[in-house]
Amino acid sequence: MANDSNLKTTPLHSMHKELGGKLVPFAGWHMPIQFKGVIQEHQCVRDGVGIFDVSHMGEIEIAGPEAKQLIQYLVTNDIEPMQNNQALYTLMCLETGGVVDDLLVHRFSDDHYFFCVNASNSDKDFQWILKNASNFNVSVKNTSQQTAQLAVQGKHSEALIQKLCDTPLGEIGYYHFRKAKIYNFECIIARTGYTGEDGFEIYIDSKDAKSVYKSLIEEGKPFNLQPIGLGARDTLRMEMGYALYGNELNENCNPLEAGLEWVIKLQKNDFLGKAALKKQKDAGLSRRLVGIRLLDRGVPRPHYRVLNEGSLIGELTSGTFSPSLNAGIGLCYVSTEHTKPGTKLDVEIRKLKVPAEVVKLPFLPSRVKKINC
Amino acid sequence: MEVPENLLYTQEHEWIRVDGKNATVGITHFAQDQLGDIVFVELPEVGTLIEQENPFGVVESVKTVSDLYAPISGTVTAVNKDLEVHPEQVNDAPYGNGWIIEIEFSDDNELEKLMSPEEYIERCNKEQG
Repeated sequence: MANDSNLKTTPLHSMHKELGGKLVPFAGWHMPIQFKGVIQEHQCVRDGVGIFDVSHMGEIEIAGPEAKQLIQYLVTNDIEPMQNNQALYTLMCLETGGVVDDLLVHRFSDDHYFFCVNASNSDKDFQWILKNASNFNVSVKNTSQQTAQLAVQGKHSEALIQKLCDTPLGEIGYYHFRKAKIYNFECIIARTGYTGEDGFEIYIDSKDAKSVYKSLIEEGKPFNLQPIGLGARDTLRMEMGYALYGNELNENCNPLEAGLEWVIKLQKNDFLGKAALKKQKDAGLSRRLVGIRLLDRGVPRPHYRVLNEGSLIGELTSGTFSPSLNAGIGLCYVSTEHTKPGTKLDVEIRKLKVPAEVVKLPFLPSRVKKINC
Repeated sequence: MEVPENLLYTQEHEWIRVDGKNATVGITHFAQDQLGDIVFVELPEVGTLIEQENPFGVVESVKTVSDLYAPISGTVTAVNKDLEVHPEQVNDAPYGNGWIIEIEFSDDNELEKLMSPEEYIERCNKEQG
């Protein structure tokens, strides 16, 4: 176990302590797992608005005349149709089709983009991009150190941020962003998130993070804004059935099986992993990621075994208690014959076999604001 | 941190309230606070024989799974069935509605191994650093 002193900290580390956060090691960072309690924080985001410090996430900037060509080669989704100030969810794959990372591409202009990547992968991603960029006329910068990121999520997020920002946020569509100012601090405000609620992710200079965070906490009082820890971040994403790198996705997984075909554009020109993914698709999928809901009490956890009529059919990649459903939920790769919603399964929890069934994802309807501006 | 005077405590953060040969068992205020929101309690059957310092059940919060350890050997005479529907009672009232089991025990000597409230407070302070 890493000693706490070896862990990286975000610019808001001292604030988390002041706000009563319980800090734990996470992906090499010392991060708040909870403040008042996971369930209460979860409900706070579902019912109103919450603020997350996600400064551990990585940012990588790619600019230059061949930035677009490089990114098209690196990622599975198609960035060609992207407009300025637009964001796109995508994967970066190995030649084998295994996933290097899942990430968001943001386009400033035709020759200038930035990626938001997973904390645990940011160094690996940067090296991977550099390695593949040698034949392209681009500059690649890892800006993770100087960039902090806050997520403000929940139906009141727009009204809250608008109090501190002149840019009309109503003009920012889903998966779009703007360069803006919160007070006098320059930032990027994107209508994106990992909760299934309307909300924003704000990228700011690390040195301004504390001021911006404090202002949002202060102005958030009338909205009952609360700081939210990584515990609720996980239960919120789980209810949406969003994949998490390290759980559902890794370098050995098949992203088609993860239900991510919608971000794998096999008709696009050559990209890393294309041949392997095309071959997998043509061969037909033998497994798929499904949502599983317990029909009895219990909390499913990653690696718990999933059985069908007594035979092992898979292992949970994620599992948790869903505060909204008051039930255990999990994600699992199972062979295609077991993927139909309503299929009865058992999840092995210690010595008990707890009845469960396959359910359609997401577990809870998403309430993201899909407005186009 | 609430540590009632009239109880005895284990290293693993269970409390025990002794009344003759009967005892009530739960987890401490410190324990429930460390665990966070409790969402599931796995209870033993009434009639189960349990042994001091051995696991007799499980308590789960959103993020963690923890075994419950018997403060004393004996026979389970009652379990708090309310926790099946309202596990949050362990958070709300760890020494009240959040009790977990009742035991009938025989060996008073086993009580010697348990901690006094003062010893338990010291133990928690150490854990908190």
